[in-house]
Amino acid sequence: MTPTAAAPRQATLRVTARETVADGVVALTLADPAGARLPDWTPGSHVDLVLPTGLTRQYSLCGDRWDASTYRVAVLREPIGRGGSAWVHDELAVGDLVGVGGPRNQFRLVPAPRYLFIAGGIGITPLLPMIDAVRRLGADWRLVYGGRTRDSMAFLDELAVHGDRVTVLPQDEHGHLPLAELFAGVDADTRVYCCGPAPLLDAVAGLDLPPRVLRTERFAAQEQGAPARDTPFTVVLDRTGVEVVVTPDVSVLEAVRSVGVDVLSSCREGTCGTCETTVLAGEPDHRDSVLDEAERAAGDCLFVCVSRSRGDRLVLDL
Amino acid sequence: MPALDLDPFDPEVLRDPLPAHAALRDAGPLVRLPRYDTYAIARYADVRAALSDWQSFESSAGVGLTNFRTETPWRPPSLLLEADPPAHDAPRTVLARILGPRALRRLREDWAADAVALVDDLLGGRSEVEVDAVPTLAAAFPLRVFPDAVGLRADGREHLLPYGDHAFNAFGPTDNPLVLAGNEHMAEHAGWVGQQCLRENLAPAGFGADIWAAADRGDLTHAQAPLVVRSLLTAGVDTTVHGIGAVLHALAATPGAWDLLRARPELVRVAFDEAVRWESPVQAFFRTTVRDVPVADAVVPAGAKVLVFFAAANRDPRHWADPDAFDLTRDPSGHVGFGMGIHQCVGQHVARLEAESLLTALLARVTRLELTGEPVRHLNNTLRAWDSLPLRLTV
Repeated sequence: MTPTAAAPRQATLRVTARETVADGVVALTLADPAGARLPDWTPGSHVDLVLPTGLTRQYSLCGDRWDASTYRVAVLREPIGRGGSAWVHDELAVGDLVGVGGPRNQFRLVPAPRYLFIAGGIGITPLLPMIDAVRRLGADWRLVYGGRTRDSMAFLDELAVHGDRVTVLPQDEHGHLPLAELFAGVDADTRVYCCGPAPLLDAVAGLDLPPRVLRTERFAAQEQGAPARDTPFTVVLDRTGVEVVVTPDVSVLEAVRSVGVDVLSSCREGTCGTCETTVLAGEPDHRDSVLDEAERAAGDCLFVCVSRSRGDRLVLDL
Repeated sequence: MPALDLDPFDPEVLRDPLPAHAALRDAGPLVRLPRYDTYAIARYADVRAALSDWQSFESSAGVGLTNFRTETPWRPPSLLLEADPPAHDAPRTVLARILGPRALRRLREDWAADAVALVDDLLGGRSEVEVDAVPTLAAAFPLRVFPDAVGLRADGREHLLPYGDHAFNAFGPTDNPLVLAGNEHMAEHAGWVGQQCLRENLAPAGFGADIWAAADRGDLTHAQAPLVVRSLLTAGVDTTVHGIGAVLHALAATPGAWDLLRARPELVRVAFDEAVRWESPVQAFFRTTVRDVPVADAVVPAGAKVLVFFAAANRDPRHWADPDAFDLTRDPSGHVGFGMGIHQCVGQHVARLEAESLLTALLARVTRLELTGEPVRHLNNTLRAWDSLPLRLTV
């Protein structure tokens, strides 16, 4: 009964539909093989697809929350990826079973009178249910959606019903998104949700915005500065009292596993949040892409696949 | 579809709801209650399914008999209990984090010490005491720790219990004697509670301050913050008091239970959840259908109020073996005493920690727990509670 970081649910779901929704983008509909209700989710949530290749990949849920029997995800074929998206594109067929973890939400929609949504390419996926939510809430919103070419941009037809709230700016017609211009009218009451490739997120993060306006999600690991320390530190596993020294060449996850304590993990790059562990004492050196500033400052959890310690000792609830 | 001429808010039913719950379960998966022009679901599988299906069974029309679509609620609706997605999402997320197991860890030692002090004071140096366990334990402990944890000022806390009691009565019919009796002092109680939700009246540390800090981070709006604090004060006191009352009663009334718990104190958490199953402090809430919704072979028409009986589900023999027994060796997991789905009690970890702290302190000193008289029910349209629970505690 001791509370721990929520273990991700894992289920086996069936691919019930598969549709090419843009050049290089396939949308999958997933359902429980027995037709059971799927776990609830909120806008911004993602699920893990656990691929038979051993890879686990995160994809935002982009379907209808009011349909409790299916999930929808859209997968872009990443030519320079590690093979996950290629497997989905080339191998995963209607009728196949696939392991699904989650859903989890690290990109939550917060209440506000106004929203600006900025999507780059496949980054449109988490924004679709957000748009549905803010529309139901009666908030003011705009979407600016960029992509390489119009043909590479998914869900344009679904978005067309929203009229001039949606601005579609393919790069081959309009060049890069005019960020400075887009943000000109953004005030402290607006929330900006931005999802897309790292250069877009970096450009947005570099703008001079009022505090707390911007919320982003990156599925690729964030560029990190040098670790806070390059010397070993001790991790204390509180439940057993076992102590293990973490040297600079191993992760906390590896060190903890080496003394026989298993922590679930998935991405191994600080993006998925699976390995969240409670910190009981010590000062974490957060190296993940999951926590926001306030959560980092709280110092009460650690993603052990990448994060480390600032001090000599870190006590974990393991 | 079966219909039952049954008034769930009749004082006799409130005093002993078990026969009514059995009648509802036996009548069928979906039962019409013509007296209030509503429907009832009382079997475990159907209750659980209805509670999970927030898409069909909405909460924003009110979880009491009053339909907020056609009638004006007595107070602004709760942003949690009386809200549906997407409006429900942010308040729920914020409160779930503040009241989650990780956040409560810092309270554990203090509450354990508080419980030991309360029990020591009660027992004094005596080898046995006879007490009314409702005021001296079940109410005393939550009132000792919870308002401090929220960050409430010291004066005026006597408003908390009557406010909560009325809020839960008000889920019943508005012209019911319990509601009418509560109306008299409600302005006073609600006024005090409303004032305590404001930032300037809350301590700089605590659940209340945490809620305001979430608003500062932009996870809530500043307009939502006081209403989220109000949810804590409405739903966080009476329910826990009655849950602790239920577990104390169960442990005193069930032969061998106290001895077993003394031998295996690791079962304190099971004991509390089993009591919540057995006695279900929150007996039932309404939902409102957004469309025609099938329940087994029957259909609830769109726009209907449906009374979903947590308590009846928790004693459904179709799901539980020997459901009327309070059994510490049972795994009560899956009981719907805290609800189920997106509205499942967000403060359940707080309630569990309070109960665990108090029971652990009692177990350390009390060798025997016995009823010395007939317990007296406290009637409420939603809650199952004790007014008086005469116990002998032997050291």
